[in-house]
Amino acid sequence: MSENLITPENLVYKKTKSMTDRILHYCPGCGHGTAHRMLAEAIDELGIQGETIGVAPVGCSVLAYYYFDVDMQEAAHGRAPAVATGIKRVFPEKYVFTYQGDGDLAAIGTAETIHACNRGENILVVFINNGIYGMTGGQMAPTTLEGMKSSTSPRGRDVKTMGSPLKITEMIAQLPGTYFVTRQAVHTPANVRKTKRALKKALEYQKLNKGTCFVEIVANCPSGWKMTPVQSNKWMEENMFPFYPLGDIKVPEK
Amino acid sequence: MKELRLMKGNEALAEAAIRAGADAYFGYPITPQSEIIEYLMAENPEERTGMVVLQAESEVAAINMVYGAAGCGKRAITSSSSPGISLKQEGLSYIAGAELPCVVVNVVRAGPGLGTIQPSQSDYFQAVKGGGHGDYKMIVLAPATVQESVDYVKLAFELAFKYRNPIMILSDGIIGQMMEKVELFEQQPRLTEEFEWATVGKKPNKDSVIVTSLQLQSEEQEKVNLRLQAKYREIEKNEVLYESYKCEDAEYLFTAFGSCARITRKAMEMAREKGIKVGLLRPQTLYPFPVDAYRNLAGQLKGILTVEMNAGQMVEDVRLAVNGQTKVEHFGRFGGMIPSPEEILNALEQKIIGG
Ligand SMILES: Cc1ncc(C[n+]2csc(CCOP(=O)(O)OP(=O)(O)O)c2C)c(N)n1
Ligand code: SF4
Repeated sequence: MSENLITPENLVYKKTKSMTDRILHYCPGCGHGTAHRMLAEAIDELGIQGETIGVAPVGCSVLAYYYFDVDMQEAAHGRAPAVATGIKRVFPEKYVFTYQGDGDLAAIGTAETIHACNRGENILVVFINNGIYGMTGGQMAPTTLEGMKSSTSPRGRDVKTMGSPLKITEMIAQLPGTYFVTRQAVHTPANVRKTKRALKKALEYQKLNKGTCFVEIVANCPSGWKMTPVQSNKWMEENMFPFYPLGDIKVPEK
Repeated sequence: MKELRLMKGNEALAEAAIRAGADAYFGYPITPQSEIIEYLMAENPEERTGMVVLQAESEVAAINMVYGAAGCGKRAITSSSSPGISLKQEGLSYIAGAELPCVVVNVVRAGPGLGTIQPSQSDYFQAVKGGGHGDYKMIVLAPATVQESVDYVKLAFELAFKYRNPIMILSDGIIGQMMEKVELFEQQPRLTEEFEWATVGKKPNKDSVIVTSLQLQSEEQEKVNLRLQAKYREIEKNEVLYESYKCEDAEYLFTAFGSCARITRKAMEMAREKGIKVGLLRPQTLYPFPVDAYRNLAGQLKGILTVEMNAGQMVEDVRLAVNGQTKVEHFGRFGGMIPSPEEILNALEQKIIGG
């Protein structure tokens, strides 16, 4: 009986080819792992594992190259879009992506982010916005919400002295160089599916040479936020999504 | 075909990059080397050889673009001048740590800070002692002529791939800006080879390629450092380049590199006319430093004068090389000032012969 059940038609779940078997180092409930998985599934479904080159950032996902089973380069903090530019310019036929946190992409690497998008580099930028510096222990990020506590804004982010949370995704959507800009999440099955569709589309668009595709994923950081995974998802829905609303921001003109 | 031309140093160097079969140049304008990117843009090597030329948003971006292209096993080059080279230091450290090949040109101007656009040699320490963080070394080539700045581009790419290491061409505003007759080498083919260490797309049944300078375990990081140090010892054994003039009977020695060595050579000739037995040793590689050349001469010398367009940098390496065997003094002009042969001869007489 059980033998009959294990057939290709009955298969509902299988290992993602473009991910390695390494155990993820991320904290329990962290959004990074799911985001990795969706990107890897998108690569698998497009059959481009051998043609994809990824760039890992400095941040919690610095070791992304252990988990993605594709050729990868590890960039200095904030410089992934410049590294990706170097790769894409010498290999215009390859699929190139960066995977970056908010500190990496929207603080130290702002210039590289904006200028890669402004040149319309034909790369995919995956932007994990968890509103905090996870790796270094929960300091304030450019995307930390007003009033949100972090180890460097212990009384909450005071926008008068610390600036307002930066909507960098909306900023880069203004640039003629970007082709597809969207904001997604990975905290529910429905959102996970939408994120994968967005990532897959963004990779497919790379063949069109029409410009940068930018997929923000609003994610939780239970450790940095000092919450349980369940609490953090709820807090994200109630606080992050109103300020960082999910959905497409710029879609290709038909 | 070899070709003779009268060219400005910066333009000749740019032409050499195309002819060396470079795959990509990334840079940001800064005086006195902006002619490099301007020449490349005008030449449109994308048409000539397929070489990519891109003006980056900063030197930081440019060196990281070099990292990306080099990580793909391509010949990547960038150029800048002192303030811009300071910005590239983080990237250079990463490139050295990830063991990627690349060529970086520094057409030195005087500092510190914004300084002046006039020529200088005040980035010697930054070039030979590391510059960025961590225990790493770059091979540093110091051209004294437009011809050498051309030939060193080709040599630099060869060394970069031989050792998978960043190579710096330490030029200065004189060599970058002056015009000289130059023999251009033939167009070299661009690379077609796929290197096993380069990210070119994962091969079926092979591990994916990772370009990184990160090791979380100290034990592993120490192994990386030991491997790098072993490589540097190889470089020190194999790649030293220097020229010596009239050293056979020398009682005194001038030593200088780059453009300064040309002026010093004139001072040497003037001294010889006065009957002073002085030679000249010109390191062409500043790292690896020609330690043995100094050591072997030290016994016959009554003193060495290093002549530099800085406040005294290479003099420290000369002192380390001779290790007290003979007196070593420094003479320098700096802040964009260029010493005259008369001043140099005078310094020899005051600081070494009379001192
Ligand atoms: C030049 C430099 N400055 C600072 C750091 C320290 N640093 C490492 S990761 C990081 C912030 C990471 O935050 P984020 O990009 O939001 O990613 P997350 O860890 O939250 O995924 C910082 C400041 C560094 N590695 N390099
Ligand atoms: S610190 Fe935050 S972002 Fe980093 S792994 Fe833990 S939960 Fe994820």
